[in-house]
Amino acid sequence: MSDHDNEHRPVRRVLWARLLLLLPFIAMLWVSSYNSVEPMVAGIPFFYWYQLLWVLIGAALIAFVYAVER
Amino acid sequence: MPLNTTALVIFVILFALVTFIGFFAGRWRRGNLDLLHEWGLGGRRFGTVVTWFLIGGDLYTAYTFIAVPALLFGAGAIGFFAVPYTVMIYPFLYLIFPRLWSVCHKHGYVTSADFVRGRYGNRWLALAIALTGIVATMPYIALQLVGMQVVIGAMGIETSGFFGDLPLIIAFVILAAFTYSSGLRAPAMIAVVKDMLIYITVFAAIIAVPVHMGGFGPMFAAIPKAKLLLAAPPAGSWGSFSAYATLALGSACALFLYPHSITGILSSSSGRVVRRNAALLPAYSLMLGLLALVGFMAIAIGVATMPQFAPGFKAYSNNFSVPALFMAMFPDWFVGVAFAAIAIGALVPAAIMSIATANTYTRNVYREFINPNCTDLQESQMAKIVSLVIKAGALVFIFFVPLQYALWLQLLGGVWIIQTVPSVIIGLYTRFFHGWALFFGWLAGFGIGTWMVLLNNYAPVYPLKILGTTFPCYIALAMLVLNIAVATVLSLVFNAVVPDKSHDMTQAADYA
Repeated sequence: MSDHDNEHRPVRRVLWARLLLLLPFIAMLWVSSYNSVEPMVAGIPFFYWYQLLWVLIGAALIAFVYAVER
Repeated sequence: MPLNTTALVIFVILFALVTFIGFFAGRWRRGNLDLLHEWGLGGRRFGTVVTWFLIGGDLYTAYTFIAVPALLFGAGAIGFFAVPYTVMIYPFLYLIFPRLWSVCHKHGYVTSADFVRGRYGNRWLALAIALTGIVATMPYIALQLVGMQVVIGAMGIETSGFFGDLPLIIAFVILAAFTYSSGLRAPAMIAVVKDMLIYITVFAAIIAVPVHMGGFGPMFAAIPKAKLLLAAPPAGSWGSFSAYATLALGSACALFLYPHSITGILSSSSGRVVRRNAALLPAYSLMLGLLALVGFMAIAIGVATMPQFAPGFKAYSNNFSVPALFMAMFPDWFVGVAFAAIAIGALVPAAIMSIATANTYTRNVYREFINPNCTDLQESQMAKIVSLVIKAGALVFIFFVPLQYALWLQLLGGVWIIQTVPSVIIGLYTRFFHGWALFFGWLAGFGIGTWMVLLNNYAPVYPLKILGTTFPCYIALAMLVLNIAVATVLSLVFNAVVPDKSHDMTQAADYA
């Protein structure tokens, strides 16, 4: 199979993996779970580092789903 | 403010480099620029890396880099909603937009309104979607100029009066010329330079300022308590919590509906490229989150009370906080680099936005209603001319209309563009909705949403009363719910009386 065909092959949708992509929504919309100063990390209040951490978790989840569906 | 010669020289050199790249870009992956999809979508052949730079340069604009830190600087924690917002956009991008790419590729659609026209066979619905995209984007282009104006002013060039407007006019003439001649290839290539400059600048700030202050601890300790966290909600209300959550979710729903986002997605070479980018683009979100903290750094360093910055804050208010911080912290030559990053960061999205709105006007107004028999050459020529008109309009807007109006229109733009979600996004999954039902849903959301924003004195969050509790909600999101409700009820009626499912020109297999 040529590279071009590979790029255009329809995606194999894997439902259980896709459900993982709900997690960023749950985490981010549940504001009361992270509106606090403690625990601090390296002087950064929880509110800030936790949300930045979710940027990374969100990216990792998407990369994981991509790998499963390849 | 005194003229900062060193910064200005560096700034001009980088700007000249980018101008050269812009004109050169037309030769890159050469295509026939007399075809709309070549000029306006770069021939749909951008791979993973170019798409990453293009969409990144497109979504994370100069205005973002000025306004998000300015919001933290002025309003505190609520301004950080940009971070959960950018966390939520990428699952959407992964799940939904490869479908849109697929159907648009199959049928040669260049805009989201093209898709709606094909899916529902309803030219008036398509017109509503097209015009919504155009009016929502115009103030966005104007705001890019604000970012540029602030850094030009910060280098000591007077930005009022005719001669003060001159630098901005020159920048926009350059932008207009290379967009006209090279199309989407120009911002795609320039985005690479822009993003590298932005990354260098942000990481310098993120390292230099905490080192200067002795760590993040003393920096956050200098932030007033009221700004550090969201205010706890009073009894019987969701308070700032629902405001924060709905602002983030509503903005996330709206973002990829803007014509410039769609252009970025459709110019990629496959659905797989879009999926890969959903995992790779969060690198920009991380940078945006770190940059947001620059607003707090500006508080901690105390730029607001430094006498040399008083005229800047007077002229540009909180939008001056980021430039002021850079000038307080960095040597002049690096200030030039940082400011060039912001100004070039305005050019890239402004170019893509003007191309996207030009594509939309040409395809969905000109070819649909004015000259249905136009040749490919006429079509691409029209788009090039419209892209010039749109940029001229943005320039006129910034010079003659108070900045506050552009900000209000930008807020309204979010309320408007989200009303295209049912037709475009839900339309990718189901043909349950009737074309005219979607039209009236759009009309309800657009009309009542606009009225609510006016009623609310242009504040984005409206305190809804639900079953005795107060639920402050981003107006755009509330109006999307209304829109879907209206479209659902009317679809049940219209589908029974005058079904339009036979107008659908797409097939299930097109959505692979």
